[in-house]
Amino acid sequence: MTDAEILAGVIAELQAIAPEVDAADLVTDQPLRRQVDLDSMDWLNVLIGLHRRFGVDIPERDYARLGDLRTIVAYLAAGLRAGAPVQSPPSTR
Amino acid sequence: MIAFKLPSLGSDMDSGTLLAWHVAPGQAVKKGDVLAVVDTSKAAVDVETWADGQVHRLVTEVGQAVPVGSVMAWLLAPGEAPPPEPPADAPVAPVAAVAAPLADAPAASPGPLAGPPVAGPGPAPAVPGVALPGGPQVPTRQRVTPAARQRARALGLQPDALQGTGPDGAVTLADVDRAAASAAAPAAAPPPAPPPPAPPPAGPATPAERSAAMRQAIAAAMARSKREIPHYYLAQAIPMRAALDWLQAFNAARPVTQRVLPAALLIKAVALAVRDVPEMSGHLVDGRFQPAPVAHVGVAISLRQGGLVAPALHDVAAQPLDRLMADLADLVRRARAFSLRSSEMSDPTLTVTNLGDTGADAVFGVIYPPQVALVGFGRIADRPAVDDAGRLVVLPTVQASLAADHRASDGHRGALFLARLADLLQVPAQLAAGEDPQTDAKGPP
Repeated sequence: MTDAEILAGVIAELQAIAPEVDAADLVTDQPLRRQVDLDSMDWLNVLIGLHRRFGVDIPERDYARLGDLRTIVAYLAAGLRAGAPVQSPPSTR
Repeated sequence: MIAFKLPSLGSDMDSGTLLAWHVAPGQAVKKGDVLAVVDTSKAAVDVETWADGQVHRLVTEVGQAVPVGSVMAWLLAPGEAPPPEPPADAPVAPVAAVAAPLADAPAASPGPLAGPPVAGPGPAPAVPGVALPGGPQVPTRQRVTPAARQRARALGLQPDALQGTGPDGAVTLADVDRAAASAAAPAAAPPPAPPPPAPPPAGPATPAERSAAMRQAIAAAMARSKREIPHYYLAQAIPMRAALDWLQAFNAARPVTQRVLPAALLIKAVALAVRDVPEMSGHLVDGRFQPAPVAHVGVAISLRQGGLVAPALHDVAAQPLDRLMADLADLVRRARAFSLRSSEMSDPTLTVTNLGDTGADAVFGVIYPPQVALVGFGRIADRPAVDDAGRLVVLPTVQASLAADHRASDGHRGALFLARLADLLQVPAQLAAGEDPQTDAKGPP
């Protein structure tokens, strides 16, 4: 998966939580949650979406490494390269 | 016969518009079942029944405005036999027999615009007096529901002339809309084809309409709060090291789908603190405080389009933490999708507003009447603090605030509440389990 594909997936997950987001407005090296106005619950839901989409586990201690789109894509790319953990079972909710 | 009424949906909502029925006459229902969907300025509310029974008659029509407290349907209690003559039974009479003919009188009378033209002195005789030529018996005149009549007038149609498809051949809103549609498009589709039932006025509000209506509703409720409620305000910085460390360990072993946010911990602590200071949970009714020992915590949820809704998490003290977190996530998701249940709108006994990790340091809330308290939490962040040994240290803290109603409590009790809240958050493991409210006697230490 290329970085561009990962970025597209990240933006899709953002838009699932914040439908008003326009990809063209996002700056990749600026803090994401300020740009998109994601509260704690929104952010958790974005992470859940990324986890489900990419099958990459995202431990809580790594949250600090997910500040902007550039670092998020790098983190997910590294996770995918490392051999993604098994996809979590589909949620029942 | 059980009246199924539109319940109170919070102090800022006094009516809704029926979007859909989920049941039909004859259907058995259980307490908690969703019978209808009513659109309000804040959400499309699933209206639940509080009684078991069988649907006997639907009173409200889709598209009709429903004031809070009005009867939307009649249910038969379990084991209750249906009344012998459904059209004549008492509860229905006001709609079918009284309201309609009285309203009919002017329209039906061929003469000038006077009121009931016939000699009868009282209103009751006047109604049969208007009766049509032809039969001595009570005329089989067209029944028209009030909503249909209103819509027909607005559209300039003569409701009595329309074909009715409702109960007993009554003309319903759908009939009026169908007639209006065929009048507007004379050469349109063949008449027997049933047109789509939901006319534009019955549909959910557009985002812009909803946003404007919601702003108005919030303004009304908050203005009332500021006008009527003698607020007092308290604040306390609560150390969060223990809670955050515990939560981190709790979450470390869990996939991201099952992680718990500090918000759930804070809400749980509020519900438990209420047990020691019950003056914070309940409602002020007719100037008197009615405590609600089982705390249903309203959670202020900001909507992305702007606006705010504060539906309840039920019996928070009894929920294990992960269940509470799942319920909170679900509540936020549904609030933002404008889909809530009537009990969630009706039941909060106090409200929590939590600014989250990108918020300001502190929030001083406006109480949501008729509740008597609002607990606010600012952002959890590292701040200077003094530890037990008197040293200046950097600790994660949260600024907790209480806005409470002087008619229910005083600042001394409010301070005890915040102190209890702070204590509970120092022993986070105790917040994890669900507690059965029945075991209060053994209760928290």
